[in-house]
Amino acid sequence: MTAQEVRLCGLLLQEHFGEVVERIGTHLLRGGAQNLRTIANETNTPLDLVKKSLCVLVQHGACEFGSGRRGPGSPVEYRASCERVLRVLRYPRYIYTAKTLYGDTGELIVEEVLQRGHMTMSNTVKTVADRLTHNMEEGRSMEYSEVVSAFSKLVETHFLQRCPPVAEMGTAATSTNPATPGTPAASASTAPPTAESNPDCYKLPHVTLIGRGKRRRSSDDSEEQRGGKKAKMDSESCGDEGIYWQVNFERFHQHFRDQAIISAVASKLDQTSSEIVRTMLRMSEVTTTQTAAYTQPLSANEIFRSLPPNYSISRPILDQYLSLLVDDPMEFVGKSGDSGGGMYVISKEPWPTWRELHWSLWYRRGWCVCQSWFGSRSARIFRLLLRKRHLEQKQVEDFAMIPAKEAKDMLYTLLSENLVQLQEIPKTPDHAPSRTFYLYTVNQLPTARLLLQHCYKTVANLIERRLFETKENKRLLEKSQRIEAILASLQASGAEPEQLTEVEEMITAPERQQLEALRHHINKLDSTENQVDETVFLLESYIFSTKTK
Amino acid sequence: MAGRGRGRGRGQMTFNLEDVGIGRGDSLPPTTFKPSPLFPPMPVQPVPLQTGEEVEYMLALKQELRAATKTLPFYIRRAAPKRDVDRYSDKYQSGEPKDSTIEWSPDWSRLPKELCIKVRENRGKRPTPQVKRTKKPLVGKEEILIKLETLEKKEEAVNSEEEQDEEKKKTNEEEEQADEEDYEEDFEEDTDYIMSYFDNGEEFGGDSDDNMDEATY
Repeated sequence: MTAQEVRLCGLLLQEHFGEVVERIGTHLLRGGAQNLRTIANETNTPLDLVKKSLCVLVQHGACEFGSGRRGPGSPVEYRASCERVLRVLRYPRYIYTAKTLYGDTGELIVEEVLQRGHMTMSNTVKTVADRLTHNMEEGRSMEYSEVVSAFSKLVETHFLQRCPPVAEMGTAATSTNPATPGTPAASASTAPPTAESNPDCYKLPHVTLIGRGKRRRSSDDSEEQRGGKKAKMDSESCGDEGIYWQVNFERFHQHFRDQAIISAVASKLDQTSSEIVRTMLRMSEVTTTQTAAYTQPLSANEIFRSLPPNYSISRPILDQYLSLLVDDPMEFVGKSGDSGGGMYVISKEPWPTWRELHWSLWYRRGWCVCQSWFGSRSARIFRLLLRKRHLEQKQVEDFAMIPAKEAKDMLYTLLSENLVQLQEIPKTPDHAPSRTFYLYTVNQLPTARLLLQHCYKTVANLIERRLFETKENKRLLEKSQRIEAILASLQASGAEPEQLTEVEEMITAPERQQLEALRHHINKLDSTENQVDETVFLLESYIFSTKTK
Repeated sequence: MAGRGRGRGRGQMTFNLEDVGIGRGDSLPPTTFKPSPLFPPMPVQPVPLQTGEEVEYMLALKQELRAATKTLPFYIRRAAPKRDVDRYSDKYQSGEPKDSTIEWSPDWSRLPKELCIKVRENRGKRPTPQVKRTKKPLVGKEEILIKLETLEKKEEAVNSEEEQDEEKKKTNEEEEQADEEDYEEDFEEDTDYIMSYFDNGEEFGGDSDDNMDEATY
């Protein structure tokens, strides 16, 4: 938990859950596992507020609780998870992905589950149906069954998963988690069960939800009351109490990684090969776990059959493409046998191939960073060092074709920013300086971590700047909101155009300009946050892939 | 002696300067005497942001999400500090969040027992058959109060709906409020019986004394 991470988490918590939760959350992040009383005392917050905040954090999966360190009798301890809070930054990307895969219904389902932390299936279906009905034309409404089918598709492809069952705390009873046999009952150090350890993780509950979405009408109270009562009866009869669903972030991340592979293939080779790789990845989506080294071997016959129909290429051409992919130095695809016309695997995270791919994606980022900080020639030096690993000063000048003085200057700037490191290789055991080689090199992993911390700092700065801008112009924003509200109510009650123009003129022209500029700035800042998050994802998954080795 | 060589040319170092690349007679950049400026001039202009439909859509999503989370019950605000004098209308007009109640009802079986707080009773619709309330002596008064309160709530609900913008989340939340089952007991000051919706004996110690308007018996 670095300082930058904690700062960013604090800002995200503040934006989404308020200052109280932010204070509790940052205290937990900085201080590790603590119990309720300690938190209340150290943050000087009333106990009730602490309880509320912890409920919110646990609801959203940002905090876990377990029995205390001193055994089952000690008070419950709470632990916050920095990683989970940082995911909040990526919510728009998840929702957009769900939209591209499963349409508006899927998008709304994922949005609801993300906003509420975890929900039961029946609740989700009802809320989403109502929201969709609200946006449809008059007289039409959304069937629950359509929403249920979208929900089940999401579960089948593992984008949604059941929440792990809560482990029994402090009792000698059997653990509720069936997948950890042999855990001593009195042990206080059982790891909290993960979602994946539950064998029913992706099983839909047997509930029949029949009905349609309800439209909110302000004038139709009698219908609402009847509808409201009906909804109550429905919720009582739904059989899936206690089964909560949450978003499976790892699956989304796998999807993003696959997309990165496909676009890398497309940019290096051509569209058809990227389609082939996409087909292979889709076929092995559900059968491969995230940390598997390779996908399951797929035979060329299967690939041929599963290609999308509009890409009708003949069998020998497919074989040619496959051999091209295998022979490529990036080693996107590996060959693992000859049965069924040739078995092919896509390496997911083996050494060094997936790391190579990651590394190449990562190094492009590093190169871009270099370029944007120091110019294209420094970027050239950076790239050179990545390619050639270790170079002396003279060699750098020669290979990069940059005059000596400037090359020296750039190298020192890069060195001072820690993008490049100096490696000493002594010729003699006494490390005499005159008889030692000094080589410039790039250490990939530390540099990646450095860049990641820079990214976190960047996003935190962006958020702070946005908050500052909003605060500066608070009066103006409130005024414009009030005027919009008045306009909306006037239009709803059928006012004349003169009244509307009168209200509109309450905002003067320079104020309008100021508002425009403010909106433009805030949009830019928000958009930048989204794009920095893409880099954050790439760097995080690179660092994660090195950890698992 | 100490200080020899300092200030005249460069000092002695443990490694050979030429190997690192600083040749003889090269001038180094001048030493700095103050911290670097807060907004240094950028040598290179940054790359422009990506644009496109996808980017705009995600931007809109982000802003909507941000606005929506402020209206959800998960956004915890501190209770406003008490005004100088207790007023009679406080009993019937408590739209403000209180510290001692939680605005939504989590699944308590998934949380440790110590986190239990009273769920805030919403002044919305109530279920008409109140079978559990056998202790209440005056049923007639109760029904009148129920009607008054529901009328009041409907009025408030209609007003608030007219004034706000089209926000999906708002309508969502209202629906949820309307559907919630609840009954007020703390506001029925006529009886001598205080019934808690959730009573596990934890409140006996009076740890939520801070904002209670009524006396404990």
